[in-house]
Amino acid sequence: MNSLAQPMKWEKYFWPIFAALLFLGLWHFSVKWSATKVFPSPLDVERGTAELVSKGLLARYVSDSLQRVAWGYLTAAGLGIPLGLLLGWYPEAAAVVNPTIQMLRPISPIAWIPVSIVWFGVGNLAAIYLIFLASFFPIVVASMNAVRNVPSMYRRAGRNFGLSPAKLIAKVVFPASLPQIIVGLRIALGIAWLVVVAAEMTAIDSGLGYLIIDSRNSGKRYDLVVAAMILIGLTGLALDTIFRRVEKLKSVRWGFRHEF
Amino acid sequence: MEATTVVGVRPIVSHGLKVERALRVKLRAEGVSMIFTRDSDQVRVLDNISLEVGEGEFVCLLGPSGCGKSTLLNVVAGFISPTQGQVRIGGESVHGPDPRRIFVFQERGVFPWLTVEGNIGFGLSKLPKAERTHRIAHYITMVGLLGFEKAYPQELSGGMKQRLEVARALAVNPDMLFLDEPFGALDSITRLIMRGELLRIWEAERKTILFVTHDIEEAVQLADRVVVMSARPARIQGVVNIDIDHPRDISSRRYLELRDGIFEQIGLAHKV
Repeated sequence: MNSLAQPMKWEKYFWPIFAALLFLGLWHFSVKWSATKVFPSPLDVERGTAELVSKGLLARYVSDSLQRVAWGYLTAAGLGIPLGLLLGWYPEAAAVVNPTIQMLRPISPIAWIPVSIVWFGVGNLAAIYLIFLASFFPIVVASMNAVRNVPSMYRRAGRNFGLSPAKLIAKVVFPASLPQIIVGLRIALGIAWLVVVAAEMTAIDSGLGYLIIDSRNSGKRYDLVVAAMILIGLTGLALDTIFRRVEKLKSVRWGFRHEF
Repeated sequence: MEATTVVGVRPIVSHGLKVERALRVKLRAEGVSMIFTRDSDQVRVLDNISLEVGEGEFVCLLGPSGCGKSTLLNVVAGFISPTQGQVRIGGESVHGPDPRRIFVFQERGVFPWLTVEGNIGFGLSKLPKAERTHRIAHYITMVGLLGFEKAYPQELSGGMKQRLEVARALAVNPDMLFLDEPFGALDSITRLIMRGELLRIWEAERKTILFVTHDIEEAVQLADRVVVMSARPARIQGVVNIDIDHPRDISSRRYLELRDGIFEQIGLAHKV
């Protein structure tokens, strides 16, 4: 098959599944041949997952983690997008605030854990705050740059049709920067999902991060540890897939390089 | 230079009779100069430009690439204010863009996040819904985009996008159109068709048109008057009246005479 040929329909599904099965097989036989007592085989993990399901823990932990992400992430988007739009629109304001943002941005959300516990105590709020921090800066910076990159042609056209500054932002600047904002939102969601696990490892007693740390601490249940890892991966994949759908909406698709 | 202050006289054909009529002044630029400051260097782009355009007149600004003719158009449209001089349109001095005068951009300025309908209706949000729908339908038909109402610009060809932008401009019923090399990015066949379409629309709606181009043939095919501009800093080198009726025979003697006259004025021998 040369690279120009259209792949057959079954090939689109067959090869990814084949690769996943190959990976599982390698994993299985590595565990068997090394005769490890600690690391679980895929079948152990499958049994562990079934155990979580039967105890009703799996759905609860996944939903707990997702809810924390939703709160922190949506708050970050709700504050970050308007702030980013304003900073992009008023370069003078951006020049004042930007150095502070750029200084805070590289601080890992993990480094904020002690501070968040001092401020919000051990519990949900601390975790939500960490997720908020982790997604806020990427969203602000992406929105700000998105506005800056709006071609002046679009702004001039908007002004030419007599739009007030507020309408110009709502009807021209925002839709023109939306594709880039969506890229920022997608990156931020990925980071939020990374951070929720870390947050749950320290301050909370539910969620997938908690499942990992708890399974290790109480009885070295590595089958559950790996089960939680796989759940984290699958949920992250699902979140990203949703975003890819959003990018295909026709009113934003022009901003992405999709092949026709 | 004195030619620049004389308003053009356009022959109008009505029922086969050729009537010469002096035009009312629509736009008057007085001593417009533009100096840009880049890295502490001062670049003079426009040098003391005075120009008058009559009501309903089609004027081409012709000059080499980068000469400043687009800058002049942006000044006239109110997007940038001149360093010296002023522009008056219909007696009022220009202080910013205005929906009565729509700018059509060099590259495709249609909004990619809106459909064809959405783009044409963009400037019509203040109208009642029925009137808006009616106008959108009217201009979709006029520019030949019937059947593409719900299409997004990325689904259209270059020529269709350019027609869409013209329709968006016409929909708000402006008195003037500023066109900045609108057909520059199109292939030569589409460009010829688009020129015909623009003339057809102009004859139907009688807008005052200021059209920037670096294409001598294009200027002679379209304009009532061609304003020839020098290389930077742009000065008006001369104004040529194109006294041929539309549709113009582009192999007629007069056409070639006028075209070659402009070639000479620019200082090009008409040979490759």
